[in-house]
Amino acid sequence: MTPALETIGLQRRFGALIVANEINFRLEAGARHALIGPNGAGKTTFINLITGQLQPSAGHIMLGGEDITALPQATRVRRGLGRTFQINTLFKGLSVLENVCLAVGEQAGIAGDMIRLVGSDRAVLENAYALLERLRIADDALVPVRELPYGKQRLVEIAIALGLQPRVLLLDEPAAGVPSTECAIIFDVLEQLPREIAVLIIEHDMELVFRFARRITVLVQGSILVEGTPAEIVADARVREVYLGERHHV
Amino acid sequence: MEALTSILFHGLAYAMILYIISVGLSVTMGLMGFVNLAHGVFAMAGGYVTVTLMNRYAVPFGLALLAAFIAVALVSVILERTLYARLYGADELEQVLFTIGLIFMAGAMVRYFWGPLPQPITLPAALSGQLDLGFRSFPMYRSFLIVVGFVLIALLWFGVERTNFGAQLRAAVDNRRMAESIGIDTRRLFSLAFALGSGLAALGGGLGADILAIYPGYATEYLVYFLMVVAIGGLGSLRGPFIAALLLGFGDTACKYLVPELGSFFVFVAMIGLLLWRPSGLFGRA
Amino acid sequence: MASVRPVRTSLTALFNWRPSSNASPVETLIRRHRLRAIELLPWIVAVAAYYFLPDYLSLGSQILIMILFALSLDLVLGYAGIVTLGHSAFFGVGAYAAGIYAARVSGEPLSGLLVGACAAAAIGWISGLIILRTQGLALLMLTLAITALLAEAANKASFITGGADGLQGVDIDPVLGIFRFDMFGRTAYVYCLAVLFLGWMFARRLVHSPFGQSLIGIRENANRMHAIGSPVRRRLVTVYTISAALAGIAGALLAQTTQFVGLTVLGFQRSGEIVIMLVFGGIGRLYGAFVGASLYMIAQDQLAKLEPEFWYFWIGLLLVVLVMFARGGVLGLIDRTLRLLRRRR
Repeated sequence: MTPALETIGLQRRFGALIVANEINFRLEAGARHALIGPNGAGKTTFINLITGQLQPSAGHIMLGGEDITALPQATRVRRGLGRTFQINTLFKGLSVLENVCLAVGEQAGIAGDMIRLVGSDRAVLENAYALLERLRIADDALVPVRELPYGKQRLVEIAIALGLQPRVLLLDEPAAGVPSTECAIIFDVLEQLPREIAVLIIEHDMELVFRFARRITVLVQGSILVEGTPAEIVADARVREVYLGERHHV
Repeated sequence: MEALTSILFHGLAYAMILYIISVGLSVTMGLMGFVNLAHGVFAMAGGYVTVTLMNRYAVPFGLALLAAFIAVALVSVILERTLYARLYGADELEQVLFTIGLIFMAGAMVRYFWGPLPQPITLPAALSGQLDLGFRSFPMYRSFLIVVGFVLIALLWFGVERTNFGAQLRAAVDNRRMAESIGIDTRRLFSLAFALGSGLAALGGGLGADILAIYPGYATEYLVYFLMVVAIGGLGSLRGPFIAALLLGFGDTACKYLVPELGSFFVFVAMIGLLLWRPSGLFGRA
Repeated sequence: MASVRPVRTSLTALFNWRPSSNASPVETLIRRHRLRAIELLPWIVAVAAYYFLPDYLSLGSQILIMILFALSLDLVLGYAGIVTLGHSAFFGVGAYAAGIYAARVSGEPLSGLLVGACAAAAIGWISGLIILRTQGLALLMLTLAITALLAEAANKASFITGGADGLQGVDIDPVLGIFRFDMFGRTAYVYCLAVLFLGWMFARRLVHSPFGQSLIGIRENANRMHAIGSPVRRRLVTVYTISAALAGIAGALLAQTTQFVGLTVLGFQRSGEIVIMLVFGGIGRLYGAFVGASLYMIAQDQLAKLEPEFWYFWIGLLLVVLVMFARGGVLGLIDRTLRLLRRRR
């Protein structure tokens, strides 16, 4: 079966520094996959290569069997690749609903329309609102994002990505910066993500990783160290060594 | 052949003035990331101070230039501490608006006190006339400008390479946070750099009164040239603006000499092209 | 953090007399984009001025022209977030194109507007394609360089533009063959008002459309727009071209109503002034253009008579004060006052 996302020999170097070293990675449809590794391992770089913010020095990226290596970032998104950012990258001055509407509108193909008034196509707004309800931030629909607590902003970040109706969703540390009291909602949201979407999550929070992931890949210094089920990863001596024996927040 | 040497000569003198005025802008923009469109005001002020001291108070040329340098440097520090400093983190648009406001105010004040016409300059006798080099004679004053230009540049580059201040400046331009974490007081450093840059601009304004006429529209009319030198040269660089000034100086002089019907048109096109090819400047960082 | 940029204004909520607490968020959002009663105020004022201030109609025409020019700039600066000091390029190209058209080809005014719009749009499209790849200082520089380049071209090509003396012989035929331009400025005023109305209708539609919303998105966070699949550069070039066309129409109106085009339609001074007018009113609010341009032109008319040098001094000072204390311009101040009052209640 064609994997939802695949990288073949993906490599990226900055001069003599190799940040991504011949990475061969597969993400199956409906996957719940986590990417872990110590700081500086190249996890965010890997995501940036997949999304197109960074160009690879060598290798290929396949989305649903289609080679997207040469495509620009926006085109990859339109082919079904969504991501969230490690640091909230939101439209701070706009309301929550408007934030998500922008994404839903792009996906619906009406975002370039100059003639119709916003709202004459209610479906876009209704869909965006439904998304907010699913993520339980509907009460803050008209609140400007900059006035929301960080944890809720993180949920908006996820809502935007979901608004794109992606086939593949890349979550870059969704719980990063969220106080532990608010993490529960994030956990729930991740658990309730649609079954069909292939999800890759980068995380340092091991509790989240082991609750969520069915497969884990460990990335160290740009190379894949080991890949397997959570049980296999926990038992692997090399992983222990890399994390200096710690299993919790790094 | 004769035309070529003329172009090279006059172009070089022009380039020197452009560089001396603009180098301060390059450093301060590279250091604080502040879009200071009002830099030309300091050059203009230097020009007015120099010319007024010479014309009304019979101050000798050299002394007038020195006075301009000091006076403008001092005023610029006051401005920097009171007004500029409050906008360091601000939006690009706000910085642009603020500096445009300064340009308008300065232009109006100058027009009020000195009138709308260009200031007459009487060059000191020792520097007027022609310099006979045997194969050709060149205007004495332009030759003087070229020599002074080289001296100033040498002093500047030496100062930045060899002095403590220069080393701190280079460090702070390269990576401000890092510089701060090793104990460099970047705010004080910036004020000093700002003062030095503005003083140099004043010097350039006074020296170049012959080339860039001193009149109330100075800061708005020549803004585009100073910014081009900095943008093409690259922010925070010393060498970059020098190359850019040479390109602009030679290019503009050549165009005005060879195709006067088109004036600066081609130079603008060339500069636009250069900036598109290298948006961070020739020696700037991306 | 953007601070001269607008925050969602409660001004809109205040003048929406229906209570929004009962409506669903979706309904409230939709209502924000629908035409509200207060938006008709500028037109009521403009029509009233025609009847009650007949001696000021030529000033009135100039104000209407500047409003259109400022409106075009707001699309680019206020909504798309492109910091430009070169918008006079399009104004000037429109003015010269319409002027030369009237002087050499035909004095018919409506086709003259079209010529101005097309010429400016062409320059806008080409320059947009070229320079909108850059940002920050490089972009600012390029906008300045382009208007300087065009000013130099206009200066040198004096055989068609009249050079430093200006373009003469701009004779305009009656509008629609019926309405002659009279010396009281009545026809000019109504003409400008009609054109401004159409321009405003178009701009308002644009700003309240999904396209307009995406421009705001680009302004607020271009990275995020890329990451949601938005063709950012294409949108920017499109709004830049449209804005150029509107600015060109404003320039053409100037040429037609004053029957003269001088070098001052181009260059930094003209660009700077229109940025100031817009910022005074408040950017990104569409109506900042109306408020800012009107106040500026009226004040200039009244005060500049006294001491012309002082005008630019005070404007400069006002600008500095504005940036320091009154970000958001006049509409922003009104906004904040209203919010304060609402809190007191």
